Amino acid sequence: MRSDRNSRAPLALKIAAALGLLFLHLPILLIFVYAFTTEDRSFQWPPPGYTLKWFAVTWNRPDVWEALGLSVRVAAISTVVALVLGTLCAAAVSRTKFFGRETISLLVILPIALPGIITGIALRSAFNLADIPFSFWTIILGHATFCVVVVYNNAVARFRRTSGSLIEASMDLGADGFQTFRHVVLPNIGTALLAGGMLAFALSFDEVIVTTFTAGQQATLPIWMLEELVRPRQRPVTNVVAMVVVLVTFLPILAAYYLTRDGDQIAGSGK
Amino acid sequence: MSAGAHAILPGRGGLFGTLSDVLWRNPRLTLFLMLTPPLLWLGIIYLGSLFALLAQSFFSIDEFSGLIRYEWTFKTYAELLRPSNLDIILRTVSMAAAVTLASAVIAFPIAYYAARYARGKWKALFYLGAMLPLWSSYLVKVYAWKLILAKEGILTWIFAKLHLTPVLEAWLALPVIGGNSLSVSYTGTFIVFVYVWLPYMILPTQAALERVPESMLEASSDLGGSPAQTFRHVLLPLALPGIIAGSIFTFSLTLGDYIIPQIIGSSRLFIGQAVYAHQGTAGNIPLAAAFTVVPIVIMGFYLWMAKRQGAFNAL
Repeated sequence: MRSDRNSRAPLALKIAAALGLLFLHLPILLIFVYAFTTEDRSFQWPPPGYTLKWFAVTWNRPDVWEALGLSVRVAAISTVVALVLGTLCAAAVSRTKFFGRETISLLVILPIALPGIITGIALRSAFNLADIPFSFWTIILGHATFCVVVVYNNAVARFRRTSGSLIEASMDLGADGFQTFRHVVLPNIGTALLAGGMLAFALSFDEVIVTTFTAGQQATLPIWMLEELVRPRQRPVTNVVAMVVVLVTFLPILAAYYLTRDGDQIAGSGK
Repeated sequence: MSAGAHAILPGRGGLFGTLSDVLWRNPRLTLFLMLTPPLLWLGIIYLGSLFALLAQSFFSIDEFSGLIRYEWTFKTYAELLRPSNLDIILRTVSMAAAVTLASAVIAFPIAYYAARYARGKWKALFYLGAMLPLWSSYLVKVYAWKLILAKEGILTWIFAKLHLTPVLEAWLALPVIGGNSLSVSYTGTFIVFVYVWLPYMILPTQAALERVPESMLEASSDLGGSPAQTFRHVLLPLALPGIIAGSIFTFSLTLGDYIIPQIIGSSRLFIGQAVYAHQGTAGNIPLAAAFTVVPIVIMGFYLWMAKRQGAFNAL
């Protein structure tokens, strides 16, 4: 039973929570305003005027398109690699108990638990030692490594809620292992994999610290932005790119949230 | 599975059928096949490079030729203890501690409101309110603060509108934390660190607070505890594992970051920047490697402490 006094939040708590949320969101919204500013030399506030000109300018910039294209290709391939490796690992860890199971979880989480600079410099010096030239594929080696954990986490959580008896039932009814995977396992873990894949894509699309170490001359979109941040040349174009990046990353995050939200209603969860 | 099952069912025909049968009868083989690709990838690419890096920290650099001397030595670690390098380590660790403390203070009301009072739609809103900033682009967030903290930016404007410009100037005139403008001061670096890592603190704190039964808080106030006493002796100890779990992220991420202090901050180096500088233009991989050992050791110690406090159950 709950008394009235306790079901209402104290005013101070409400204000503190609201201020905290504003602190988290206002800075991002500010970028949207700056994308329309007519000022192109400084970060002047309030903007002297508003214009749509910079969208056209950005649209016609080949370097932005190249960076965007590279980022999308890297993120897509890293996501596929992470999906395969993460699902295999999650299936093995959640299906069976074996020696060293905890160690495997730790190994998967390590690339994201240790600061990115350590992963980055470790990979770079290893590439140097092994005489591997920096290329598109060295970026992917780095990205896929830390994307595995996102897929793994999502898949493990779903496997735990999926009953093993479903698989046994499928086998008893005469399906072989591949049919069972295709018609029983995959539909059950599908949304979790989709969500994990989207988050992995968002993670790779945004990664900059490891990428600065594993990319040679190519610039992914974050590397392009980093260069603009360190040596601003085209502030208005950067503003527009930043706004587009915010919008593009919000979609997969929202989608991933809605996909995993109803995860409790999985077939066989009420065993 | 067992020999009995085999006796009842005939084996499947075809390549896939046979393969499927073999895998089903040998769970260990299946496990081995499932684990091999991810373990090979993580083991060779990740652990391999990590150990190669750590090994290099035991080499040293020849001062005259600038080449790496491949002999086992602790010389590079001794170099780490030079005053200028110790300064860098101390600066980074104090920044990480300050950022962690501030994030915990700001995150607590949000997490507490979300865990205890928010229901239905509001709950989802609070969850997304922490998730969206967590996943949105790191560089865009840093960029946003470059806009805000710039001398001609919105913060200076707000201070001017509120007739508080002298306050801002007095703050910037302070030694150590002040500077020419907010975007080149430690204060700026601190604000951006707190902003960028705050969501990592909110989510675990909220998870821990969700598990605090309301009856305990009621019992405390029934027994005469004031709200402050209830908070100090009941709520905080129960929330602590979650806060520590969050602090693992804020602490570790601040220790290793080199982009935020480079873009917003004074010219004095943090560990991450030192690593970057030593491996890049200086080509002193051994010293860079030794520098990376510092956050690894600190985090190892931190994780060990956190584990003793039961923080891992709150993740």
